[in-house]
Amino acid sequence: MSELAMDAGGSPADGAPAAGEPYILNIGPQHPSTHGVFRLRVSMDGERIVDMDMIVGYLHRSMEKLAEERTYTQNIPFTDRADYLAAMSGNLGLCLAAERLAGVEVPERASVLRVIFAELQRIASHAMGNGTLVSDAGAWQTPLLYMFRERERILDLFEMTCGARLTTNYMRIGGVAFDPPPEFFPMLESLVDDLPSRVDEYVELLAENEIFLARTRGVGVIPAADAINGSLTGPQLRGSGVPWDLRKAEPYSGYERYDFEIPVGSAGDVYDRFMVRMEEVRQSTRIIRQALDALPPGPHKTEVPLALRPEPGEVYGRVEGPRGEVGFYLVADGGPAPYRFHLRAPSLINLSLLRSLAVGASLPDAVVTLGSLDIVVGEIDR
Amino acid sequence: MPPGPRQLGGERVGSALEAALPGSVVESHPEWVVVSPGRLVEALGWLRDSEEFDAAQLSNLCAVDYHSYFEVIYHLQSLDLNHQIVLKARTTSREDVAVPSACSVYRGALLQEREAYDLMGVRFDGHPDLRRLFLWEGYPGHPLRKDFLQVEGHHPGLPRFPFEEPGVQSR
Repeated sequence: MSELAMDAGGSPADGAPAAGEPYILNIGPQHPSTHGVFRLRVSMDGERIVDMDMIVGYLHRSMEKLAEERTYTQNIPFTDRADYLAAMSGNLGLCLAAERLAGVEVPERASVLRVIFAELQRIASHAMGNGTLVSDAGAWQTPLLYMFRERERILDLFEMTCGARLTTNYMRIGGVAFDPPPEFFPMLESLVDDLPSRVDEYVELLAENEIFLARTRGVGVIPAADAINGSLTGPQLRGSGVPWDLRKAEPYSGYERYDFEIPVGSAGDVYDRFMVRMEEVRQSTRIIRQALDALPPGPHKTEVPLALRPEPGEVYGRVEGPRGEVGFYLVADGGPAPYRFHLRAPSLINLSLLRSLAVGASLPDAVVTLGSLDIVVGEIDR
Repeated sequence: MPPGPRQLGGERVGSALEAALPGSVVESHPEWVVVSPGRLVEALGWLRDSEEFDAAQLSNLCAVDYHSYFEVIYHLQSLDLNHQIVLKARTTSREDVAVPSACSVYRGALLQEREAYDLMGVRFDGHPDLRRLFLWEGYPGHPLRKDFLQVEGHHPGLPRFPFEEPGVQSR
């Protein structure tokens, strides 16, 4: 580099930045580690992250505005397309909120079917979340595709019940759309029988793998107080050791009748969040088994008017989705469509602490941390 | 509307708030408390730190356009005592739509306030990084407002379901 260029503050001739001067790295919008159309603009000093900004909105479809022109039932498909890896949880959240708003009763069989499908969805979503996390940590695709075996069987069950694998649109205000076909139950039984041993397999494959431990232990640590103050929910909060689960704290659809535990982590690092999800798959299997035993005969739906007109009022209904608290804040003005429809998106709110987690970390650690927060971009952008 | 299963009555929260911070409560409703915007941050901080209410987490924040004013709704959650508190702040007009930012009390408000600013145009004074979240800088207007792109003669919302007939049941 010539002295003249140095005096003028120019860069070295080879184009590399001068020492200490941060450079900007764009990760995404299209990048495997961002799990969707999600962009991180990172200021780097060597391998260290100096500053980070997340740029979202590439998938914004203005759902909350569109929902104000549609009836409550017509809004159920939006919840499929918000968190497209957990459509059933979104369906359930909206239906419970609308039912509370309109005072609709749900038959017992429908409640149990809802629990079965919501827990199946949790297993499918955790398989995807943990599978992509492991991919981010370097076990490229193999464990992900192992976990896809179970997810595939769950999606087959969804398909035979409601015709769709991803955007299920299965639940209705007052129940569920269809009763599962007779061949559903033997297939579900065999899946539930297989799941515990499969989870053991994955834990054996990954939880003691030296590379995986090196990449995840002590990385992306969120202390419990920060997780609570940063509005984190779901496995992201429980990984930090806070036993908070809406299925226990505010039981809906008869969750109080099922015997299950809330797995929690201790260190609040990426590894703990991974293990919490793995353990939740076991607990969900327990719930499904109990729900299958408890499934009563009877109608799967109550008749509600095509255009439901709840009394003016407002409601905040919420369920424990795979990513945390899926909340629906609905304001009714007496018309057939909600006056205001707000979806509390756990994927977005769980990113509140991302910047403080990433600054000071190395780039590979930040990628694994983002993976452990298990985002779904459809839900972030809505 | 009955309050939520684990929701604290607004009167109880309102009277405790009024006793601790005189002049902060505008209205106590069975389901919620309306707080004056000027005292909002104080009220949130007091609820978070009080042993009786222990509102440790801001679980949801969103804004609603009521034509003559805007409302910002705070759903607060106590994890230890397992109850929910609903707090509201109202702006006085459509012109100067601003409430103080809750970020100094709850870091979970960072992105939720940016979202409300972007889509509803509520300014959160004191937010460390108030930018649009989904739309780009320079986007005209705030889409969730009721007067956004309002065409003469067309009223937003759905007054009547297109095939709605009395007595028609869903299948």
